[in-house]
Amino acid sequence: MNIAVAIDDVRKDALPSASEAGPATKRIVVAYGFWIFLLSDIVMFSALFAAYAVLVRATAGGPTGAELFNQASVAIETACLLASSFTCGLMSLAVGSRRRTATYVFAGVTFVLGAVFLVLEIREFAGMIAVGATPQRSAFLSAFFTLVGCHGLHVTAGLIWLAVMMAQVEIKGFRPTVERRLLCFALFWHALDIIWVWLFTVVYLMGVRP
Amino acid sequence: MTDTRYDRAPGDRPALPGMEEETSSGVVVYTIGLVLAVGLTATSFWVANTSLLWPPGVPLGLAVLAIAQMGVHLVFFLHITSGPENTNNVLALAFGVLIVIIVAAGSLWIMTNLNDNMMPPELMNLHMQH
Repeated sequence: MNIAVAIDDVRKDALPSASEAGPATKRIVVAYGFWIFLLSDIVMFSALFAAYAVLVRATAGGPTGAELFNQASVAIETACLLASSFTCGLMSLAVGSRRRTATYVFAGVTFVLGAVFLVLEIREFAGMIAVGATPQRSAFLSAFFTLVGCHGLHVTAGLIWLAVMMAQVEIKGFRPTVERRLLCFALFWHALDIIWVWLFTVVYLMGVRP
Repeated sequence: MTDTRYDRAPGDRPALPGMEEETSSGVVVYTIGLVLAVGLTATSFWVANTSLLWPPGVPLGLAVLAIAQMGVHLVFFLHITSGPENTNNVLALAFGVLIVIIVAAGSLWIMTNLNDNMMPPELMNLHMQH
């Protein structure tokens, strides 16, 4: 009979759906918008990955990945970025419970680990350029520097953003605008780590195989 | 239990009652994520360097490990769940993944096909002379 209707009514009373609850809070809207931006950023990276995968054999007689890449250095870079993603998560928890000192400590650790990653990457690039493996040398190296350099630029931007956010926490305190920006920063930093997972897999691990 | 159900912001953890308990359980979640991610990364580096495995299968194994690690990051660091309050986030993510697959796999497919059909250099030179 009307049993189905009755069940529908009960469930609706108990838990209105997201659209019936009215407009979402600003935190949800802001974070969702940033989520869309991150996904479009990842789509841009997919084009760079595709270019790299297509051009990986086009070395034009120049050095190949197997000759250039140093896996020990890549492993340390990976460890730094993964650990910084973890401390970034701990920073989010500290922000959530308004612990100012813990926020500074974890943000500082995140910053230092990100900076170590960047220094190692720049040293790697400098070493490659010193032996003549510049972006102009071959299509493979152009694609490599574009892909890995673009990720490096994102990390640089993230470090600057983190420093700015800590200044805002210091000056403005944990007000809603600052908390929303910190949420977006955490999303950005974790997304960079996901891109790095694909980067070390495709470029440094698959790329050195014969 | 709240009487309205909002979407959850991407990156926000499920709201649990009790501040202190929430923080410590959050630390546990991040720690599980870190341990899993470190394990998968270490496995990737081992797989790439070992001679114990069948070489042609290694790239596929590396891809599977990367996909698994991406999942670990999404679940434990970005707190994406299959719950109804996460539907919008998951749908956006699914669309992003679709575009990424089309761009990457499509480019590789087309370029491999073009490479295979390219005229060999000696034939090309012959053409140039006429």
